[in-house]
Amino acid sequence: MNTTNLAENLLTAFPTQSIAEPARTIIRLQDVNIRYGTFHAVKDASMDIYEHKVTAFIGPSGCGKSTVLRSINRMNDLIRGATLEGKVLFNNEDLYSKDVDPVLIRRRIGMVFQKPNPFPKSIYENIAWGARVNGYKGDYDELVETSLRSAALWDEVKDKLKQNALRLSGGQQQRLCIARTIAVQPQVILMDEPASALDPIATSRIEELILELKQAYTIVIVTHNMGQASRVSDYTAFFMVDANRTGYLEEYEQTEQLFLNPVHKKTEEYISGKFG
Amino acid sequence: MQSSLAFGSEENVLSLMEKRRKVSLIWQVVFLLATSLAILFLVLLLFSIIDSTFGYAALAYEVEPSSLVEGRQHLSEFSRLQLEETARSRLSSGILRRVEYEKPIADRSDKDLTALLEQYVVKPSVLRTWGLWESLTNQDEIEMYLQEQDQAVLTFKNWLTFDFLFADQSANPLYAGIRTALLGSLWIILITFLFAFPIGVGSAIYLQEYAKPNRLSRLLQLNIFNLSAVPSIIYGLLGLAVFVRAMEGLTSGSVFSTTVDTTANGRTILSGGLTLGLLVLPIIIINTQEALKAVPDSLRMSSYCIGATKWQTTWGQVLPVSIDRILTGTILALSRALGETAPLVVIGASTFISVDPSGIFSKFTTLPIQIYQWSARPQGAYRNVAGAAIIALMILLMILNSSAIIIRDRLSKKKRMEA
Repeated sequence: MNTTNLAENLLTAFPTQSIAEPARTIIRLQDVNIRYGTFHAVKDASMDIYEHKVTAFIGPSGCGKSTVLRSINRMNDLIRGATLEGKVLFNNEDLYSKDVDPVLIRRRIGMVFQKPNPFPKSIYENIAWGARVNGYKGDYDELVETSLRSAALWDEVKDKLKQNALRLSGGQQQRLCIARTIAVQPQVILMDEPASALDPIATSRIEELILELKQAYTIVIVTHNMGQASRVSDYTAFFMVDANRTGYLEEYEQTEQLFLNPVHKKTEEYISGKFG
Repeated sequence: MQSSLAFGSEENVLSLMEKRRKVSLIWQVVFLLATSLAILFLVLLLFSIIDSTFGYAALAYEVEPSSLVEGRQHLSEFSRLQLEETARSRLSSGILRRVEYEKPIADRSDKDLTALLEQYVVKPSVLRTWGLWESLTNQDEIEMYLQEQDQAVLTFKNWLTFDFLFADQSANPLYAGIRTALLGSLWIILITFLFAFPIGVGSAIYLQEYAKPNRLSRLLQLNIFNLSAVPSIIYGLLGLAVFVRAMEGLTSGSVFSTTVDTTANGRTILSGGLTLGLLVLPIIIINTQEALKAVPDSLRMSSYCIGATKWQTTWGQVLPVSIDRILTGTILALSRALGETAPLVVIGASTFISVDPSGIFSKFTTLPIQIYQWSARPQGAYRNVAGAAIIALMILLMILNSSAIIIRDRLSKKKRMEA
């Protein structure tokens, strides 16, 4: 099968896809404050997320790293009482301005969840459904195969594409969720602790996959596992929680820098395992 | 070891264990008794229905079969030739002409001729009936009754026959059937379904998937719950005021100038179906909402995260996994509507009609109304007819309910694979 043809196919089918330039800022957070009702969940978060890099969010429980992650594709909108101040810029466009449709944002910024949640449909349909609702006009068989290959799942499932996805193992389900996300060709993939429900072998496969995917996508990953952050990410953001249980960004650096020479004392204590 | 002291000595522990075991046993017996009582009542109900459906009946013939053909006590003992001859000689000339016109006597089956002779010549009437239990245990009393009434003929009668299902109303319980009522019930259920299913499922989807959980939607929700608890007769009054009176032009079909019969005055199948539709609407809404609530939010989230809209998510992901519960809930709601009597009596359903409903603007009667009307008649034999009709209604309900179970099992196979 001719992959260049397919890539062209995808580009024409999804004309919004832009050609990438390396190390460009794709997402910029400016003084982001997030509240759930009256509870101040995250304060004054500002950071740049770079294209074709893996950015890891680490920090203790309740520090707001998942909240920040969900604010990037407006999934917080679905939580009752969630409000956001400040700006989230995606390709220099404010995601929270009134004329922006969250559906379009989520189509550009996909998300993989902590618990594998494939659709209760066949493996084939799991990939094809997302493309279909987004008006994909190309060859579905090809799309399914490329997406599954990109998610390193093709060899395991190619003989049982009609089988219900819920019969796959947890790790396979999670890779299917990644395949389903990349099938609609997003620019950014958000991952909320994608491997925390998986065993070590499945985890390492996901990590390998992340390293491959960053060639084509920008990845933001929330993780509790500092080893994972150091293995897969180029940049790491360390979030902390203050006495009011409000999360804030303590330190944001290139991963090597942050792990080897943390500037802040809290960061050092956290990565050396003094609390967490 | 403070804690083990607080539980007392080993002896105390054992004696307390004995008490705990006893209490536990007592409760088990209580629950068993409750179950047994429930089963007992069900058996009694079933027994009383079956008791009235089968049993001896004492019949009196206007013309004795023995007077038609010497030595024959019963029409069934007649030979083919005797049947044909009797029919030609004893049927009145008017009836004979009509019968011959419809189908020549020579071409008719034995069974057909027997029925003709019975209806027009022998003309049996029911003197008295006995239930199944009496028939089996109280033969002496039946014998005595027969000796007193010398013209009475005893026959063991099964009231629930094939003919019973397809015969129309009759002033003679021997010939009464439920066809009109059965058709009326089916028509009503069809209208109820067509009205309540789309509106009910639609509102449930709106309330569950679209409406923001604010004060207004909470108020709506509360009222839907209240509506589902309103007695059905109130819905009857509502239907009478709205569908029969206020919307008479529409429900009688006169605005479309397609009135089927002019005596209906809005008391039509359409009015009845809409009234029952209102009755089951809150039930369908609540059932559908429960079905939608059972769909995990993670499914919606993952659908949104590949850029699906709310409608695509609802139609492509949420409804396919909840449709089994929605259909099951709807069928159960419909089977409730099938058993409803009061609201239909209030809106003025006919109690005795022998004309089959031919469309939504027809007068109608339904099975429960028919049963109610029969059981209120003074002639004892109608109670047996009512018993047979109850069995027919119960079978219809059982078909509906088991189809609900089958649908649930079929469609939820996928879900069971998940478990």
